[in-house]
Amino acid sequence: MGQGIDVVGIYVRDQDEALAFYVEKVGFRVHTDVRNGPFRWLTVQHPDQPSFQLGLFRPGPPVHDEATARALNEVVAKGAMPSLVLVVDDCWAEAARLEAAGVELTQQPVERFGNVDAGFRDPSGNGWKMMQSRR
Amino acid sequence: MTTGQDPELLRRLLRAKDRMDAASHEDWPVRRLARVSGVSEAHFARSFRDAFGVPPHRYLLTRRIERAAALLRDTELPVLEIALQTGWRSLGTFGRTFRDITGESPSEHREHQRALPSALDVVPHCFVAAAHRPHLTIAVSEKRRQEAGGTNGSESDSEEP
Repeated sequence: MGQGIDVVGIYVRDQDEALAFYVEKVGFRVHTDVRNGPFRWLTVQHPDQPSFQLGLFRPGPPVHDEATARALNEVVAKGAMPSLVLVVDDCWAEAARLEAAGVELTQQPVERFGNVDAGFRDPSGNGWKMMQSRR
Repeated sequence: MTTGQDPELLRRLLRAKDRMDAASHEDWPVRRLARVSGVSEAHFARSFRDAFGVPPHRYLLTRRIERAAALLRDTELPVLEIALQTGWRSLGTFGRTFRDITGESPSEHREHQRALPSALDVVPHCFVAAAHRPHLTIAVSEKRRQEAGGTNGSESDSEEP
């Protein structure tokens, strides 16, 4: 693909914790993990979607001052950021897999109008909707 | 914007909020919510309010009304059945609270919503539901008093559904 959206980032309170969550539990892969002093550029991606990276960024210096970093961490921890949406083939199976991996579902799978959706959050507070669309 | 609350605490309070979201028809006494958050009962309600701007029981009420409104719009279930499914024990309390919050009775609401063209079919369900969430900035008892024209409401101040 030539043009398009390449990276979208979310804020996490701890990058090691987020990495373990998204890779070991959700099943994403690390795309880039590089450090420069206290700064760490960390992105993961869905194994079926190599053209898109999800950035896992920690608010803080040198990009943010302490007060801003704290405010960003608070907003995420309150669940105030918009939900991310993950499309899956089988929501029931994915929900069971996540729960077995130790992920707490915020919403068990529910079928509505032929679609099935469930919800979970990452340790920082970012919310996900997992959707299985009617084919 | 910042409440000065520890993000770790906020995350645990969010867990209680998520639990209410997942099962708003269940009873959520402070003791139960406090346990989910790992916060003392004495601090829970205040902490929750500081974090989310509404006391926990009022938050629960808005979620119940939101869910009831969606069921009225999207299903053919009788109003009584919807009241029971969304956590009320009596049709009277449900109808009165629903009207106090939305300004319409449940059946009027159903009629009006059905008359509206739906452009929201393409939006994921949870976002649509959230968009229709009642914006309850004051206690239901206070809202009743205000709408009664400033007379002293003689009803109970309790807004527990």
